[in-house]
Formats: sequence, structure tokens, C-alpha cells
Amino acid sequence: MTDTPSPMIELRHVHKWYGQYHALKDVSLDVKRGERVVVCGPSGSGKSTMIRCINRLEEHQQGQIIVDGIELTADLKQIEAIRREVGMVFQQFNLFPHLTVLENLTLAPIWVRKMKRAEAEEIAMHFLERVRIPDQAGKYPGQLSGGQQQRVAIARALCMRPQVMLFDEPTSALDPEMIKEVLDVMVGLAQDGMTMICVTHEMGFARTIADMMVFMDAGEIVERAPPERFFAAPETERARQFLSRILNH
Amino acid sequence: MRRALRWMRANLFAGVGSTIATLVALYVIARVVWGVLDWGLVHAVWSAPDGRACARASGGAGACWAFLGRWYRFILFGRYPYEAEWRPLLVVLLFVALLLASCDRRLWGLRIAVLWVAGLAANLVLMLGGALGLAYVPTDLWGGLPLTLILAIVGLALAFPLAIVLALGRRSRMPAVRALSVAYIELVRGVPLITVLFMASVMLPLFLPEGTTIDKLVRAQAGFVLFYAAYLAEVVRGGLQAIPAGQEEAADALGLGYWRKMRLVILPQALRIAIPPLVNILIAGFKDTTLVTIIGLFDLISTASNAITDPDWRGFYVEAYAFIGVIYFLFCFFLSRYSQALERSLARDRT
Repeated sequence: MTDTPSPMIELRHVHKWYGQYHALKDVSLDVKRGERVVVCGPSGSGKSTMIRCINRLEEHQQGQIIVDGIELTADLKQIEAIRREVGMVFQQFNLFPHLTVLENLTLAPIWVRKMKRAEAEEIAMHFLERVRIPDQAGKYPGQLSGGQQQRVAIARALCMRPQVMLFDEPTSALDPEMIKEVLDVMVGLAQDGMTMICVTHEMGFARTIADMMVFMDAGEIVERAPPERFFAAPETERARQFLSRILNH
Repeated sequence: MRRALRWMRANLFAGVGSTIATLVALYVIARVVWGVLDWGLVHAVWSAPDGRACARASGGAGACWAFLGRWYRFILFGRYPYEAEWRPLLVVLLFVALLLASCDRRLWGLRIAVLWVAGLAANLVLMLGGALGLAYVPTDLWGGLPLTLILAIVGLALAFPLAIVLALGRRSRMPAVRALSVAYIELVRGVPLITVLFMASVMLPLFLPEGTTIDKLVRAQAGFVLFYAAYLAEVVRGGLQAIPAGQEEAADALGLGYWRKMRLVILPQALRIAIPPLVNILIAGFKDTTLVTIIGLFDLISTASNAITDPDWRGFYVEAYAFIGVIYFLFCFFLSRYSQALERSLARDRT
């Protein structure tokens, strides 16, 4: 691997408003290839908004977002090029309920990557094995548990062979006993060197995999630090308060 | 037996009021059913040389089915050349075969589309002739059931894709596309179908450059398509609105792009939700084809009304309208049952 100096994802002074509400305030962030960033912060702090801007599910109004050297503009071609390289996992899974698990996984590879069906299915089975549910390939999403659905959603994103994975609170909608099975898959992914940005409240998970912690509040990045420093000695009062609330209960 | 008795006691004879209501209802049903059977079977006359003889034979107390024996071919096929009536008959059978084939979900996709295109082309050649050694029959001689089926099936089949485009347009992010779709839908929905048909048959030729004529059937068909597209569009839009935003986001995040997202992810779910109201409109549309009578097309209603003006067989309204009523009912009932079966089988898939 050549050591590329350019980061995988660059956010430069990004601003976003919903009407009058200033949702992102001058957010700047670099994510290097292979880096694992965990974003935390109180609800409404702009964490989800920020990662949804990276694949243009939300539009930013000011500043620059550059993914793999391509800047996000209104140009549809570029947006689609970036979306092909960026996988996303949602809080609500968002599997396609009218398709089987296997069809969910092969849809984009066949129609976007123009892959042959047999090849797409082979890759799909490979990733289903990785998330440890190959036996569910023929079922519909509605027949699976929440944890299984989320693992299918991760596999679906991986089938596009993305360079970056975005996780938007992937365990928040799960029953407690299912959280671990999803986090295990994500830890495995991190260990394989995937570039990841995770919005999550799972601080144990963050400690295990994060190269960098990003703490957001009220639309701003308040603090960024390696996890050992962030958890042991947060620099700002806001981060300290947040951590004490979330860790001591 | 005991269960049936218990059910009856619980549901039909639960108290004095309920018992009275049940007895009254039973009496009314018995009278009506008996009346229909008495008229349609017991006192019915099945053959007679002409209307007067038939009326005498039944004594006015029964149906004169001999009238249908004499006139059913005209009611079914209108003024189509008598010796060539096997052609419209074949067209009707082909339509029925296509409808039945469409019920088989294993054929869905490309195969059913090919079948329909081939079937419709064959029907056009059969009806119109002028090719393959078939004599040419102009559209003003078309009539009866094949005309009704062409108007309804071709009309609704063409209206449906247009409706999808309109529904997507109404939800588009592009203001011009959205405004056009809204304007079209609201305009057409605000006008009765009869007005649209009059426009198509009377007004439109005035706007065309001199010397150009468009076939009256084609004009009526176009009016019907444009009208029903607006109604279907609103039903499709209802289905689209029921799909959670997360579905679009997931498709976007995979980079599917707008059209693939709609075709592969959103529409299959939206149309599934919209099946009951869609079928409602399809049934209404099927019956609304009768309005083309007004602009002088010879559909089933026209042929039936014409048959009863025959001097030899004058005035057998009930027989004629009962006959076409049964035909309409069969097609609409089939549609309704089919949609229920479809909903059940689609629901089974997912659980």
C-alpha cells in the first residue's frame, strides 16, 4: 500500500441550516484511510447530520466536503460516484422489505456495479457468512430479528465494496441482547482495516476500536482526541458532563 | 349441526328485535329470489318466432330469452360484418386468455409484457384486417364486447404508466415538473369524463389542421387514457406517500440513482399498498367505458339499446340489459377476486 497523503474524507468549514436552525457550525474533520472515528455527543448535537452530509443525504450550504478526492457539489454524477464508495448503515436498518435478504444484497451490485447475478450472489454469500447469517439468505427482512436485520444491512453496504463505512447509531433501535452481535461484526470490520465513521453511544465499543473520538455539541465539534485521552481526561467541561452522564448510570 | 344452531341463535335470533328483523329479511329475500326465478326460469320463454309470439307465450309473467337467441350476436359484436364475426370473438377470447395469463405470477416480468404486446398486436390485426388475407373492417363498424374490452383494457393499460409518471412528477423536487403534474391532475379531475370525451370527439377535430383526421375510436381512447391517468396518479401517489423516507435514503446511499430507486425499491412497495384503491379505479374505469355511447361509439350499451328497437322484437329491455349486466359483472367480479388473491399471496411472501 502506498502511503497517500490525501485523507479519505475531508470536511472544511461545513455549515448547514434547517431554515433558521444552525445545525452544523463550521465543522472541519479529516479522516485518513483506515482510520476509525467514533462520533459522540448529546442528541440533537448534529452527529447524524454531519455523517449524512458525507454521502449527501443532507445538503450542506457552506464549506467543502471532499471524499476520496472528489468534492461533493450539486453534480449528480459526482454524488452517485461518491455514494458508490461510501457505505451507510442506518439506525432503522432500512432493508427493502419486498426483497429477500439475498436480493437486498445483490440489488446494488447488479444495477450499479453492473455485476453478473452469479458473481453478485457469490459476493453476497461471502458477506452473509462474515456477518454470520448465511442460512437466512432466502428469507424476507420481516422474518428476521432486529440484530439479524442490522447485520444484513451491514452486509448489504459491504457488497458494494465501499472504501468508507458510515454508521448512524446502528445499535440504538436494537434490544439490548442484540447489540453485541452487531457490535461484534463492526469490531471485525475495524480489525480488517475498514475506514469507518460511527455515530454511537456504545462507549465500550468506541474504546475498543476508535483511533479518534469526536465529541459534538450544539452543531460544533467541541473536542477531538484519541480514546485513551478522551475518556481519561476530557479537555472541555461539556465533554466531561456528557461522559459523566453516559458512563455513570 | 349443533354449531350451526348455536350460531343462528347468537346471530339471528338473539332477542325479540333480532328475531323480527331476521324474519322480515328472510321474507324479503325469499320474495325477491322467488320473483327472479319465477320470471327468469319458470315462466320464461326460450324460443319464439318473434317478439309478439314470445310475449303472448309468456303472458307477460316471464322473461323472453328467445330475444337473446335472436340478438345476442349483434349485442356482442355490433355491426361488425356478420360472416367475419369469428374475428371479434377471437379477440374477446384472446383478451380473456391474456387476463388469465396475467394472474400467473411466474410469468410476471418480461414474459408477460411480451405476451401482452403480441396479444394486442394480434387483436389489432384481427379487428382491423387489411393484412394476412383478412378483409379490412373500419373502426366505425366495431362494436359490442370487443370494443368495450379494447377501450377498457388498452385504455387502462396505457393510463397506468402515465399515472406513474404523473405521480412521480407530483412528488418531484423540480418545481416545474411538480407544477405541471399538479396542474394536469387537478384540471382533469375537475372535469367529468363525458366532457373529456366530447372534447375528444367534437372539439379536437376543430383544432386540427384541415385535411387531417384522427379516427374517432382513437380519439375517444386517448381521452379515456388521459382522464383515467389523473385518477390513477392520485392513487399511486397515495401509495408512494406510505413508504417510509428511510427506504429512499437506503436506495440513495447505495447509489441506485433516481429511476432505479423508483423502479426497484419504491414503486414495487408503493403499488403493492395501493392495490385495493387501484382495483377500485380499474373497476370504475371498466364500467365508465359505457359513456362512449354518448359520442356515438357502439359499445355494449349501444348494441343492447339498438337491439331492443327492432320492430319485430321491440321492448325487451330487461332481457337485453340483464344480459350485458351479467357480462360487466363477470369482468368486474373477476378483477375484484383477483386483486384479493394477489394481496393475499403478496402478504404471504413477507411473513
